[in-house]
Amino acid sequence: MRSIHKIEIVFMILLMGILAGCGKDADSAKGDSIEILNVSYDPTREFYAKYNELFAKHWKEQGGQDVNVTQSHGGSGSQARSVIEGNEADVVTLALAHDITAIEENGLIDSGWMEEFDGSSAPYTSTIVFLVRKGNEKNIQDWDDLVKDGVEVITPNPKTSGGACWNFLAAWAYWQEKDGNDEEATKEYMKKLYQNVLVLDSGARGATNTFVENEQGDVLVAWENEAYLSMEEHPDEYEIVTPSVSILAQPSVAVVDSNAKAHGTKEAAEAYLKYLYSDEAQRLAGENYYRPSNEAILEEFSDQFHLDMNLVTIDDFGGWDEAYNKYFNDDAVFDQIYGQ
Amino acid sequence: MSKKQEKTFQQDMVGDGVHSIQKVIEPHQQEPNRIVKYAMIGVSVLFLFVMLVIPLAVVLVNALSEGWAAYQEAVMDSYTINALQLTFLATVSSVAVNTVFGLFAAYLLSKFYFRGRQVFAALIDIPFSISPVIAGLAFILTFGNIGWMGDFLKAHNIKIVFAVPGVILATIFVTFPFVFRELFPVMNAQGKDEEEAAALMGANGFTIFRRITFPHIKWALLYGIVLCAARAMGEFGAVSVISGHLRGKTNTLPLHVEILYNEFNTTASFAVSSILVLMAMVILILRSLIERKK
Repeated sequence: MRSIHKIEIVFMILLMGILAGCGKDADSAKGDSIEILNVSYDPTREFYAKYNELFAKHWKEQGGQDVNVTQSHGGSGSQARSVIEGNEADVVTLALAHDITAIEENGLIDSGWMEEFDGSSAPYTSTIVFLVRKGNEKNIQDWDDLVKDGVEVITPNPKTSGGACWNFLAAWAYWQEKDGNDEEATKEYMKKLYQNVLVLDSGARGATNTFVENEQGDVLVAWENEAYLSMEEHPDEYEIVTPSVSILAQPSVAVVDSNAKAHGTKEAAEAYLKYLYSDEAQRLAGENYYRPSNEAILEEFSDQFHLDMNLVTIDDFGGWDEAYNKYFNDDAVFDQIYGQ
Repeated sequence: MSKKQEKTFQQDMVGDGVHSIQKVIEPHQQEPNRIVKYAMIGVSVLFLFVMLVIPLAVVLVNALSEGWAAYQEAVMDSYTINALQLTFLATVSSVAVNTVFGLFAAYLLSKFYFRGRQVFAALIDIPFSISPVIAGLAFILTFGNIGWMGDFLKAHNIKIVFAVPGVILATIFVTFPFVFRELFPVMNAQGKDEEEAAALMGANGFTIFRRITFPHIKWALLYGIVLCAARAMGEFGAVSVISGHLRGKTNTLPLHVEILYNEFNTTASFAVSSILVLMAMVILILRSLIERKK
């Protein structure tokens, strides 16, 4: 009889726990603070952690509100899909314009977002480089070295990762240029490249972890900023190799209009993205190994970046809509070379 | 370790199972049998060591590799505490819902006979056989923006996916069968004679449950709850799909571990993992205590 009572008490406590939990769940009073949700791609974690502090200070000086930015990171494609499916981002800062266009097509972002901010709404840019282990044992200098037998390549999956799309296009541009636009020959090279891929992670950060923390593979095809960050985390263990041809990667930003309107954060969200172009933010981007879009500030970092790299742009591929259809859609080029 | 010590140690590890097998075959072939016995014990211990002890030790060693201060900082971080709270909320909710549901379902299926009973029992087991990732995706396709109920939810301003309710729902889903699975065999074996007798003597439903049914099932029920809680705390797949990874909002402890790891915060990520390991150990102790009572 006694033990029954004990157990009943346990149940009562559990029940009370639930009720307490439910109470907590409700939104706390809003008051003078404002919340912004920034859904971003993988390698921007460190940059936005610092930028959010910078912006909070700036916004407080301007308007007096406390601003609290919540971050979400993952593969750019998956992040875009989560916003479409109901992740209520106020701003998206993704790896490529195509992912933002996908959100626009679902009616969450007003058309014309690309003209809303300077430089096609890309406040910072980057490029694709190789990260190899110290000593570069396999002597990897250019794209051709990645298709040699026995070279293990780490790059993420272009279906879910924006960085991986840029990787793919950079490699494609190299062989196109080399073979005088012979598409079949380029496809053969690409096929060999992806046969050498040891691990196809879903996001850029996963790929970096595979290469850096788990020490898999000989070469990581990576965002330039991600490569520098790995060098910073593990000094003296890695080298960066810049290929002869690469691509100007333009991560784009946009206000998710319908969410921001519903949350009453449109003004703050716009200011949040606009402030990315301020001198302070541009310098912060440079310090986090993104190439500032402001030319003068980019010059300040000329020691850090190889500014003389031969970079193609997405316009050479006819823009993102065309490129995505041709290379990354179902049964498009990537599926053809990777599926077989 | 001397040979004698080793022997008792290993026997303790493996328990009575091996011992009784040995007794059965001992009279016939003593020598080869002993070799087999030690080989099997050796393999089991080695396996346990490689699969469990080493990885757990690595977690703890890594968690403390930058010293106690760094460990404390990681564990007391506000995001970690948020994640801990959410994990707690999701666990408590799923335990509560699944306890009530499991009790009702087990009662219904063991004390009453009706058509479709088997189908009903099989349906409850679905979460055991479905991959959690698929469960998460199914919720998104049901409650998400472009999902089946998306317009309705949006019109009524209800947020489920990429918010706390979604995390709780996903956790409830994957832990659905645990309580039921523990209760059902016990209640089924019990039959309904005692309940019928009580009813004939004029006891009402609640009294019957409290005085007759409950005393029989209380330990099985607690055991089911403990298993359910253990699973809920560690759930990753379904929650990962549905959470949206909003820091400080929809991150449970396992998701927070992944985020920290992805941010090159290896030490912090192991420190947070060690909380989960600790919670698992508490569960393990509870489990063996209950098992003894059962």
